[in-house]
Amino acid sequence: MNPLISKLGWAALSVTGAACLGVVALSRGESISALWIVLAALSVYLIAYRFYARFIATRVMELDARRITPAWARNDGLDYVPTNRNILFGHHFAAIAGAGPLVGPVLAAQMGYLPGMLWILAGVVFAGAVQDFMVLFISTRRDGRSLGDLIKSELGEVPGVIALFGAFMIMVIILAVLALIVVKALAHSPWGFFTVAATIPIAILMGLYMRYVRPGRIGEVSIAGFVLLMLAIVAGGWVAADPVWGPLLTFDGKQLTWMLIGYGFVASVLPVWLLLAPRDYLSTFLKIGTIVGLALGILIVAPQLEMPAVTKFIDGSGPVWSGNLFPFLFITIACGAVSGFHALISSGTTPKLLDRETDAPLIGYGGMLMESFVAIMALVAASVIDPGVYFAMNSPAALIGKTAQEAATVISQWGFVVTPEMLTQTAADVGETSIISRAGGAPTLAVGMAHILHQVIGGQAMMAFWYHFAILFEALFILTAVDAGTRAGRFMLQDLMGTFVPSFKRTEALVPNLVATGLCVAAWGYFLYQGVVDPLGGINTLWPLFGVANQMLAAVALVLATVVLVKMKKQRYMWVTVLPTVWLLACTLTAGWQKVFSENPKIGFLAHAAKFSAAAENGEVLAPAKSIEQMQQVIFNDYVDAALASLFVLVVLSITFFGIRKVMQALRDDRPSVRESHHGLHAEAGRA
Amino acid sequence: MGEYLGQAARLMVGLPDYDTYVQHMRMKHPDRAPMTYEEFFRERQEARFGGASGKCC
Repeated sequence: MNPLISKLGWAALSVTGAACLGVVALSRGESISALWIVLAALSVYLIAYRFYARFIATRVMELDARRITPAWARNDGLDYVPTNRNILFGHHFAAIAGAGPLVGPVLAAQMGYLPGMLWILAGVVFAGAVQDFMVLFISTRRDGRSLGDLIKSELGEVPGVIALFGAFMIMVIILAVLALIVVKALAHSPWGFFTVAATIPIAILMGLYMRYVRPGRIGEVSIAGFVLLMLAIVAGGWVAADPVWGPLLTFDGKQLTWMLIGYGFVASVLPVWLLLAPRDYLSTFLKIGTIVGLALGILIVAPQLEMPAVTKFIDGSGPVWSGNLFPFLFITIACGAVSGFHALISSGTTPKLLDRETDAPLIGYGGMLMESFVAIMALVAASVIDPGVYFAMNSPAALIGKTAQEAATVISQWGFVVTPEMLTQTAADVGETSIISRAGGAPTLAVGMAHILHQVIGGQAMMAFWYHFAILFEALFILTAVDAGTRAGRFMLQDLMGTFVPSFKRTEALVPNLVATGLCVAAWGYFLYQGVVDPLGGINTLWPLFGVANQMLAAVALVLATVVLVKMKKQRYMWVTVLPTVWLLACTLTAGWQKVFSENPKIGFLAHAAKFSAAAENGEVLAPAKSIEQMQQVIFNDYVDAALASLFVLVVLSITFFGIRKVMQALRDDRPSVRESHHGLHAEAGRA
Repeated sequence: MGEYLGQAARLMVGLPDYDTYVQHMRMKHPDRAPMTYEEFFRERQEARFGGASGKCC
């Protein structure tokens, strides 16, 4: 293209993006269209991709299209296959996208859409996408080795083990939080429960068909499974309305917790082809389809944002989660801005499929931009519903009471005018008995999605269908993650325990398998149960722990990237990874410190424990406890949470310490000390 | 286009292209018989979930 036209085009895009951001940031008092947010985000992504990702690719990494990648050097047609970059983009995106970017922005909306949106955009451009891209690059230059391996070889044996242990604890918290989201969404909802439970027999039918009838026919079996899923949603409505089945399938949080724990154990020891793999197909395709559908829905409907740009809760007094904007907003929105978990994917299957090094910006940086866009859509979905309804759905019963009347009174006093009729009507519209105190993100997102999608297909009559479709879509891939995560956690645990008891390394042996699976399920089940009985909704306690853990893993990955850059003698570009590392350390260490030591019992675990101890000594019983024994349990839980938060802080501090030591060493070397694998150059660039 | 989307969809759930695999085996390992599609499918299914590689949150 003519360079002048290209320059003018980018200039025009920059002006458009700036104008959209201006509209979003400066409009006060009147509601604006969600399209402004979407357009601002897309402009930011395009500019960041065109300029910043290219800068990192050419100046910092010096990618070479001719350099032979592991996919070519080790090509086996299975794990290592040179793959077309667009196809690989789909693979990578499907692997990184999960519930995280959907839930965090919904919870963050309590401060208004503006703070969340700005962090999502700034975070992804300077931290999240950089991390994914850097790890993909580092792993590709080292034969596609995993994050744990890379830390071991670049930082040392001890930090390697610390990181592996940290990753296991992070996995536990992630599984507990994800399971909590499902429990919150399905409690007292026979429709939701029936639909989600139906996915189990549907998946098993698909698994049997693919095993014995027509092996490996993913396409036809997925279409059949999808049709059955839609029928399950419709049938769920009948079941919920039935006078016998409705009450029979209505469960409270505790009952659902025990079911999920049992399910998690059984599902993760069954053969993968029977349940896990077929449901993985359904959840992956449904996830991608729904994300595309939601994007189209927002473009077609162009909904108005009802949530104010900034609410009064930026002072930290919000009902959904406690704590100030700094650091807690940056912890609440983890995935979508920056997610340490992606470092595991970027050093997993993706680097083994990379055709050319120069495809890495699209896959690594671009894939994360796409995930960030999912977060923006979730923020939009949470902001298009009435703020009064939003706060009724996301505030704990301890604050707003249990009836529509009480909730409407309290929330109206906060300045978000809402009537009890609006709350009961919204519940009736989506086919539920109540929408009050359904924290956890999924139900709010589902109401928002139903609000948008029913205007495209089906009208008012389809509102309940779309609500339960959205619940199903989230629950489906959360259950897949719980199942796959328990399995992965079990392997990690067996690996860790094998260091001390060698016989535990045998992953195919039954006893170590059952013991490790049981320990893994018990670990996340403990936190899940604790979250479910928490009167402040559990999300309050667990989501910040998850956010801190996830951001800390990101900091660890960025420390690794910094060490590698310095070893490459690229220290003049160190700021590319050092700046986001410093920011993440500032957020996570402050948040970790406050979660442990804050004097406010709403934030600090120790202060909360002290409050309960003082009450227990006076013989008082504070909610949620109903007896002195339960008081002791609450206090014990607080100590466990405080210990866990401290543990995350110690993990990240020690990795940072080892990282700084390696950086100092590498700075003293006068030539590059980096160890990459070399497979030579192709005669010409680019093929697959 | 359909072929392309099908390949993308299959790789999303961890199944690389079978024809590419067969071609690779013919060119690089003519002495060994490539797996049938069914064997290939099962091998990949086990590989996707058999290790500590989780999916994301």
